[in-house]
Amino acid sequence: MRGVIGFADAEFRIALRNRWIMILTVTMGLFSLVLTLAGSGPTGTLGADQLSVTVASLTGLAVYLVPLMSLLLSFDAVAGELERGTLGLTLTYPVSRTAMLLGKFVAHVGILAIALLVGYGLAAITAFGLDDEAAQGLGALVRLYWSSLLLGAGFVALGYLASALSRRPATAAGLVIGLWLVAIVLYDLGLLAAIVADDGGAFTKTVFPWMLIANPADAFRLFNLAASDATAAASGVSGAAQSIPPERALVTVFVWPPIAFGLAAWRFRRIVP
Amino acid sequence: MVRLKLENVCKNFEGFEALKNVSFTVAAGEKVALLGHNGAGKTTLMKAILGLQPHDGGRIEVMGAAPGSHAARMQVAYLPENVAFHSSLTGREQIRLYLRLRGQPVELADELLERVGLEHVSRRRIGTYSKGMRQKVGLAQALIGNPALMILDEPTSGLDPISRRKFYAILDDMAARGAAILLSSHALTEVEARTDRIVILSKGQVVADDTLSGLRKEAGLPTHIRIAAKPGAADQVAAMLNAGRSNGVTVDLTCAPEDKLARLREIAALGPKVRDLDVAPPSLDDIYDHFSRRAER
Repeated sequence: MRGVIGFADAEFRIALRNRWIMILTVTMGLFSLVLTLAGSGPTGTLGADQLSVTVASLTGLAVYLVPLMSLLLSFDAVAGELERGTLGLTLTYPVSRTAMLLGKFVAHVGILAIALLVGYGLAAITAFGLDDEAAQGLGALVRLYWSSLLLGAGFVALGYLASALSRRPATAAGLVIGLWLVAIVLYDLGLLAAIVADDGGAFTKTVFPWMLIANPADAFRLFNLAASDATAAASGVSGAAQSIPPERALVTVFVWPPIAFGLAAWRFRRIVP
Repeated sequence: MVRLKLENVCKNFEGFEALKNVSFTVAAGEKVALLGHNGAGKTTLMKAILGLQPHDGGRIEVMGAAPGSHAARMQVAYLPENVAFHSSLTGREQIRLYLRLRGQPVELADELLERVGLEHVSRRRIGTYSKGMRQKVGLAQALIGNPALMILDEPTSGLDPISRRKFYAILDDMAARGAAILLSSHALTEVEARTDRIVILSKGQVVADDTLSGLRKEAGLPTHIRIAAKPGAADQVAAMLNAGRSNGVTVDLTCAPEDKLARLREIAALGPKVRDLDVAPPSLDDIYDHFSRRAER
């Protein structure tokens, strides 16, 4: 436990000094603010309160931004220590490798928690300024916050896995960008193409819903849009899968972090510094 | 009490024998130097002792425990060759992390940094440190919790002569408190008089394991005596001593170590013909060279 605290503390200081915390917080804040202000027009026509609409827009943003931020925070975790030559010395200390990874995990998820809190907080304050009924959307915003953190935790752990698979940070960086592109962008495009080709056949009815909730990013979007009042704003793949109950999507969001972390820890144990 | 015990330790890297039947021990309070050329197997051996890299054959016992086990790691400190730290942390933060990992109070960081002479830069980022300063951070972390066994891989590289002397003073202090110390080096000249025993590794094999005087004796290298004769008496002196070489002013003699005193008595008997003399025992480099070469033959 003392090891976990030690690593978390050091990692947090490093991120603070490298301006990572500031960069991510400012990015989240700016995007949230722009989305809230840009989305303030159509409120009346949709009949939903301002904050609920904002949450729908933020969900779309978070699907792209949260995994990206998480992977950028985590890709260096193992490969970086290996290349700097700091890993060998650390591993001679009486702490387990899992504790080391867990300490970094606590710090990185903590940094995400701060950035998301500031970003979503700014969005909420703005929405309250624009609409007196905004309090109705508060539940959806809180749900978006903790599910975003879970999504981020899953991708932080996937970043560790990529880092432990490649011995050099440059390789790890390439790997996480590839992972982001596949999991966030190409996955949905592929599914869409398959649905079109299938034209309402067996794939669309049986395989597609499972494939959709297997991806943590899609599951996250599904859960938030299905649970909020602003489902109407949903589009694309998520719109096509409204039949999936949100609880199932939630399970995916919950199980990805421990699975990915377990794989990363397993892989990390096999590394000889 | 034996703190580190190696018995026929072997390590192969895809057909290349990095370590061949390495056996020696390091006892509590003992400082042992591990010498060898680049690629002799020093770092490989140290990594095997630390459990960072598994060995293929033989036995390694670290305080009776397996290398890399929790019990062993609790009591072993390591200073890697070209030690590196995260450049964004300050020296103080880095040492506080290591203190936490050893379960020691973080307040000890300032004391440790003062001990290695870094108190004035402890709040600066390690990225701004010189190589010697980073090496001192490495030494500070190796002192945490008074380890029972210290494994130091070329610990003085990058240190200036004064820091080097201070470094060995700290090691003496640690050894006096009972720590067993194994340190590697390229040169015998550096570890002379600072270690109790010398192990020479050549191509993965132990070719010598003795005290410096023991090594001198075993090598049996000749002692050189240079005699400055009175003007005009050099040839006469050379003839009387059966020495081969004379340049008209000085006479050079070589003799086996055990014949040295007898030769000196002969020279003294020549009385006023001899003006001065110098005795040069085999140099440390000669001795090191002798053992390294012997293994290659």
